[in-house]
Amino acid sequence: MTETTTAPAGAPEVPEYPLPRSCPYHPPAGYDRYTAEGPVTRVRLYNGRQVWAVSGHAEARQVLLDAATYSSDRIHPHFPALAPRFESARKVRNFIGMDPPDHTVQRKMMLSTFTVKKVAQLRPGIQKLVDDLIDRIEERGPVADLVPDFALPVPSIVICELLGVPYDDHAFFEQQSRRVVTGSTTLEDSAAAFGELSRYLDGLIRRKQAEPGDGLLDTLIAEQVDTGALTRRDLVDIALLLLVAGHETTASAIALGVVTLLENPDQLAALRADASLLPTAVEELLRFMAIADGVARFATVDTELAGHRIRAGDGVVVVISTANRDERAFAGGDAFDVARGARNHISFGHGVHQCIGQNLARAEMEIALSTLFRRLPGIRLEVPSRRLPLKEAGGVQGVWELPVTW
Amino acid sequence: MRITADSDRCLGAGQCVLSAPDRFDQSDEGTVLVLDPRVDGDEDASRLRETVALCPSQAIALVAEEG
Repeated sequence: MTETTTAPAGAPEVPEYPLPRSCPYHPPAGYDRYTAEGPVTRVRLYNGRQVWAVSGHAEARQVLLDAATYSSDRIHPHFPALAPRFESARKVRNFIGMDPPDHTVQRKMMLSTFTVKKVAQLRPGIQKLVDDLIDRIEERGPVADLVPDFALPVPSIVICELLGVPYDDHAFFEQQSRRVVTGSTTLEDSAAAFGELSRYLDGLIRRKQAEPGDGLLDTLIAEQVDTGALTRRDLVDIALLLLVAGHETTASAIALGVVTLLENPDQLAALRADASLLPTAVEELLRFMAIADGVARFATVDTELAGHRIRAGDGVVVVISTANRDERAFAGGDAFDVARGARNHISFGHGVHQCIGQNLARAEMEIALSTLFRRLPGIRLEVPSRRLPLKEAGGVQGVWELPVTW
Repeated sequence: MRITADSDRCLGAGQCVLSAPDRFDQSDEGTVLVLDPRVDGDEDASRLRETVALCPSQAIALVAEEG
């Protein structure tokens, strides 16, 4: 790849990005250094490339709202790889890694599936699924690992039904997805996982072309592939995004949401005392946890950001976890407050790429968390929270295991 | 003032519907619909300005009444 700026060997003054978390729901301690130096600072990526880290809320919004100046084009050599896995993701071409107008044409093809109303229609089914999973947890009790037993199957089953992917294949695609989204995965491993998922989805889409079902993939075959608007390869790349992002992120958010609420018992008590706080509590969890903690862009033209001169080709990374705690936007932002009522966090991003599945994620989090704490009122961690294995830097944040009892 | 919306710019995040469900809805295609364009006093204007700021695709706005 092209290196626009390369750090001189052993330049100690430029801090590394990303860093691992030591507490599952707080930004890494080292990110204090970025914010202390201002909302926009220089950081060094794993491959030595220096990019701009944007840790202020207003500046993050400015970058994310301006898709013309700050490109998402992943195949462009200037697009920064935050971890090795981003290099293999360059070959996967879908709307998350495109700029308008190509991005917009693709995204509009599936908007009707993700409306607030459509998601509301899914809620009874999600509630039933959550109740069934908790029935099974209770039967097998009195201990459970909530990652495989709860946090993962909820979004995984929901996205399978929505897309028309057989849930029987879940062990395969969950494992491959983890190889794709884990921060520590190597270039070779993530490329192999992308290959496995692409072959799987290509086979699935071929079968659906012969024998249509009633999922979103079937709709996209009928409306877009059969009309020539998308190739099958395009749909494979889109399906890969929807399947991976549709379960791995929400699974992390549910598991980490349980940890965050258990570790903040006064806030859990406030939520239990007033169920009407549920939507604001979920919004606060989203802000506070910032599980997708790093969004990459590159500048397409010379520009200015917070007084810094950004040159065409410079890489930019928006640090979501610090932007979400910027005191200028969120007073007392380091505190977890289920009644805060702030909706201007950027955990789903901002601008034209803001998460297409955000309302589905909200519904899943609301139902999963409220039902779990209602059905298992005595729930507590089986191990001290500091012993929970944390996901690595440079990937979706969260815990690998969540042993609980009740 | 009144609310305006540009369904071509809209990318279906649904933030307006969550923030001001009395004013916004989504079409079957998933883009913004204005249920009621009126801005009812200062408090309403303040709330709707927040809603406008939440829109990720800058598809909604408050504009001065013409004439």
